Amino acid sequence: MNNQNNTGRKGSIVAGVLAPHPPHLVYAENPPQNEPRSECGWEELRWGYERLRKSLSADEFDVIIVHTPHWRTVVGHHLLAVPHFKGLSVDPVFPHLFRYSYDLKVDVELAQAIAAEGESLGLQTSLMRNPKFRVDYGTIISCHLSHPAWNKPIVSISSNASADYFSTDVGQQEMIALGHATRTAIEKSGRRALLLASCSLSHRHFTEEPQVPEDMTYEHIYNHNQYLWDMRMLKMMRAGESKRVIAEMPDFTDQAVSETRAGCLTWLLAAMNFPTTPATVHAYGSVIGTGNAIVEWRM
Amino acid sequence: MMNFFNSNSLHFSSDAAQTSAASVEPTFEENTFGFVAGFIVPGLPQPLLAPEKSPAWGRVRAAFQTLKERLDELKPDVLVIYSTQWPSVLGHQIQADPRPQGVHVDHEFHELGTMEYNFPVHVPYADAYIAAGKDRGLHMRRVCFKGFPIDSGSLVALLLLNPENRIPCALVSSNMYADRAETIVLGKSARDAVQTKKLRAVAIASTALSHRLWTKPVAPKDDTISSQKDDEWNRKLLEILAQGRLEDVAQLARQFAREAHADSKLKALWWLSAALGSSNDFRGEVLAYEGLYGTGAAVVELRPGGVSRGEQEFDEDDVEFFRGERSVLTSSSMKTENPK
Repeated sequence: MNNQNNTGRKGSIVAGVLAPHPPHLVYAENPPQNEPRSECGWEELRWGYERLRKSLSADEFDVIIVHTPHWRTVVGHHLLAVPHFKGLSVDPVFPHLFRYSYDLKVDVELAQAIAAEGESLGLQTSLMRNPKFRVDYGTIISCHLSHPAWNKPIVSISSNASADYFSTDVGQQEMIALGHATRTAIEKSGRRALLLASCSLSHRHFTEEPQVPEDMTYEHIYNHNQYLWDMRMLKMMRAGESKRVIAEMPDFTDQAVSETRAGCLTWLLAAMNFPTTPATVHAYGSVIGTGNAIVEWRM
Repeated sequence: MMNFFNSNSLHFSSDAAQTSAASVEPTFEENTFGFVAGFIVPGLPQPLLAPEKSPAWGRVRAAFQTLKERLDELKPDVLVIYSTQWPSVLGHQIQADPRPQGVHVDHEFHELGTMEYNFPVHVPYADAYIAAGKDRGLHMRRVCFKGFPIDSGSLVALLLLNPENRIPCALVSSNMYADRAETIVLGKSARDAVQTKKLRAVAIASTALSHRLWTKPVAPKDDTISSQKDDEWNRKLLEILAQGRLEDVAQLARQFAREAHADSKLKALWWLSAALGSSNDFRGEVLAYEGLYGTGAAVVELRPGGVSRGEQEFDEDDVEFFRGERSVLTSSSMKTENPK
């Protein structure tokens, strides 16, 4: 457990977290916001999130910034820019597990600053100002599991997929630039920020589920190849080799069908300027065959 | 035989096109059941929310209006819509809420405005589709949840083709892992259910052809296809579709996907062709072909009753029953793939 809690420096990143968003974890927790009820399930990951929350509990931060794969855009990097959102989020893929009433605030000023810094680095950015917009479930789930009090404003950044037309390497360069823009904007704003990369590692799903979704006798990683890749990446993270993680990310993304294709993890590591301190892996586990790790970095 | 278009405004001049649906007399009796037509329509929201901003978007909107008027003639009992913008992971989801209602904002083009919806679903057909899919080995899931997000592609089709909500619909998801065999079986299941319920139906594939969007904002009036290569492939497909050869286009989907940034592997046309009977014997008409934010947006109508091409050989096999994912290794994963 990493206890280097950051209680104060203005204009800094307090911590960065790989914070995957399987709706199954919220479903299994039975929070009042979520309508479906469960008996249990995915305890290793849920307890990992508990360890993360304990680690973050002594931190003071002003804002949560989340990069999400489930708001996919092509024409630039989009950021929520409406001060308040309230609504019902029904997961279009797992609607039987996730029907969540959300009520969140957005740090519009910081969103605008990140967009402006991105533009200055040559990125295309866009501010989402339609108040009827449905906030994506990746944003909601990662924020809920990391900080369920919902008492901090958030900034949500879309995953830009334009580089898919070229290669994962090109996409990674975009996300590195976006990470640098995010860090600069945080520093200039004076905010203390918690960063969340809302993605799994390997991401091949089973296409059926058991009658009882939380029946753990059916839960395991989709294949050994994915597992080996996930372990390789986690080993590097635990060794503080984030630049090597970046170097191998395109191969990992392609060969493990990884959700890192969305750029969340690359954005996070770039924003933290490729940390060399060992990361804390709070948990690793599978959800409907995908590989998920909760990993925390400290500056 | 063909040599047309020198702009994104489409003017087909093939013999087949000239004799096709522009002058089509319906060949169906009103009491005929089955799929009486198939449509291909784009799913981006510009033609619905901002047709006045671009001549190209306006032409696509006009083509939607033409299809709407043809629906008035066809008098279907149900519109069955497969949208590439409704992805699923767990099997194939079928909308079964009798009256979905709400508002939707497109995740990419949110500045264009809001889509309000309140439309009827043909629940008996939806349930029959689920049963038919299960009979053919598919994992089918019934979706009936308040607040379930309806996707842009389904809504653009519904709001432009059925704005008064006179015709109930059925909405089908696009499973992200389903390849050709599974998608064909899904299309055949749609056909089974139409016949079981003795309904007149129109099958609608909400999909782009090429799907490479502009990555920077473009002025609407300047919108066109983002890649010349994609444009050339699109036009080849449309040439074949104008001749009514839907199954030939479905057979080309894999190659098209490799070459032209296809929308979801062009799997919507696998579904459409299977639903309509896996045939080349249609009368086809391309009502519009334009660039929608760089993608290849075509509005196409296909009706049975074209030139009979007899029994022909195809490169790819036909599939009647889906047997699930076939893992290379037999392991405990087999248990999970078929937990029943």
